[in-house]
Amino acid sequence: MLLDEARARVAASLGVRPDELSFTTSGTQAVHLAVLGALAARRRAGRHLVVGAVEHSSVLHAAELHEREGGTVTAVPVDLHGRVDPAEFAAALRHDTALACLQSANHEVGTVQPVEEVAEACRAAGVPLFTDAAQSAGRMPLPAGWSLLAASAHKFGGPPGTGLLVVRKGTRWRSPLPADEREGGRVPGFPGVPAALATAAALEAHTAEFAADAPRLRELVDRIRARLPELVADVEIVGDPVRRLPHLVTFSFLYVEGEAIITELDRLGFEVSSGSSCTADTLRPSHVLEAMGVITHGNVRVSLPRGATTADVDRFLAVLPDTVSRLRKSAGVT
Amino acid sequence: MGFRRRLRRQPPAPQAAPAPPPAPAGPPAALVLDALGRKCPIPIIMLAERIREVQLGQIIAVQADDVAARTDIPAWCRMKSQTFVREEALPQGGWAFHVRRDY
Repeated sequence: MLLDEARARVAASLGVRPDELSFTTSGTQAVHLAVLGALAARRRAGRHLVVGAVEHSSVLHAAELHEREGGTVTAVPVDLHGRVDPAEFAAALRHDTALACLQSANHEVGTVQPVEEVAEACRAAGVPLFTDAAQSAGRMPLPAGWSLLAASAHKFGGPPGTGLLVVRKGTRWRSPLPADEREGGRVPGFPGVPAALATAAALEAHTAEFAADAPRLRELVDRIRARLPELVADVEIVGDPVRRLPHLVTFSFLYVEGEAIITELDRLGFEVSSGSSCTADTLRPSHVLEAMGVITHGNVRVSLPRGATTADVDRFLAVLPDTVSRLRKSAGVT
Repeated sequence: MGFRRRLRRQPPAPQAAPAPPPAPAGPPAALVLDALGRKCPIPIIMLAERIREVQLGQIIAVQADDVAARTDIPAWCRMKSQTFVREEALPQGGWAFHVRRDY
C-alpha cells in the first residue's frame, strides 16, 4: 500500500504511469537494467548499440559489457560544448541498431542534450531511446519521446541507494538477470518502502523548490561565466552557455594541476569538484573533457546549492585570481 | 574496449587531405621539447614558455607520454590561436605533438 503510494507520487512528479516505474537500488542499477534489458529484448533486431560520447560511466560500462559479449557499439561524438548533433546521432542508427542512449544533461559540464530531436529520429528508425536523466530529474521537466529512463534519488535530495527505472508502455524489455516477480519483473528483490516514500517526498519538494530557485541560480552561473575570464587569464569556461543545467558551471585554468586547485579551494571553504566525477582515481583524463576536446587539467566544477547567494559567488570569484596565480607560480609558470 | 578508444575527439586536420600519408608530413620541427615522463600540465607549460624561440610559421614539437597531452595540446593551440599540425607516435612510446607558431 505504502509502496503503491510512493510509486504513484513519483510517477506523477515525473509525468509517467505508475506501472511504468520501478524502484531500483541505485541510479547505476537503473541504468544497467535499462540498457541491458532493452538490448536483451531487441536481440532479434540486432546487436548494435549507439551511445553519446559523453554519457555517464554507468552507461559506457554497460556498453563495454555489451561489446565484450559480441555486440557492437557506436559512440556519437560531441562538439566543443559537449553536445551531440542530432543529425549525426540519427546517421549512426542502423537497420540492426537495438538501442540508442542519450543523457538528458551532462554530469560534468551541464550541457543539455537534444533528446527530443534524437528521440524523433529514433522513432523514425524504429529504435528505442534510453535517457539517463540523473542530472535533470527534479530540476527540469523531462524531455519527451524516450522509451526508457533512469534517475537517481540522491541527486534530487532523496535517500542514497534508490534509483528509478521507467520503461514506457509498449517498449520491449527483458530482464538480463534471473527471473524475479518484484517491481513488475524488472528489479530483483523487494524495494525498501521507507526509501521509496522518502524518494517521493524528496522529488516533489525538489521539483517545486528548484523550479522557484532555478532562474536565480542561472543568473549566478551567468555571473561566474561572465566575470571569471575578466579576473583570471587563460581560463576556459566549458559547456554550453545557454542550453545547460541552471546550477552547474565548469571551467579549466591553463597551467594548473587539477587536484591542486580543488585542494586549495577546499582549504578556503569552497567545496568543488574536478574532472570526471566517478573515475577520478583512474589517472585517466575525464572522458567527457577528452571527447569535447577541451583541456583536461586545472578543471573545476561548481554545483551551486539551492539558496546560494550573490555574496557567496562574489566571495568565490574574489579568491580565485590569487589562488590560481599562486598555483601557477608553484608549477613554474613565469 | 574498442569503442572507448574512439571516444576521444580527433583534432581537426589542418589540411583537409584524403588519407594523410603514414610518413611524417609537413616541415620538420625547428625545436623539439622533451616532456617524456612529465604529467600534464607540464608539457603545455613547457610549450607555452618556449614557443617564442621558433620563428612565425615554424614548427615546435613536444614529446610527451601523458595521455592527457593528446587532448591538452590541441586544446591549448585552439585557445592560443596556434595551429596543431599533427600527432606522431614515437617508437619508444608516447607521441610527438607538432605545433606551428602562428603569432
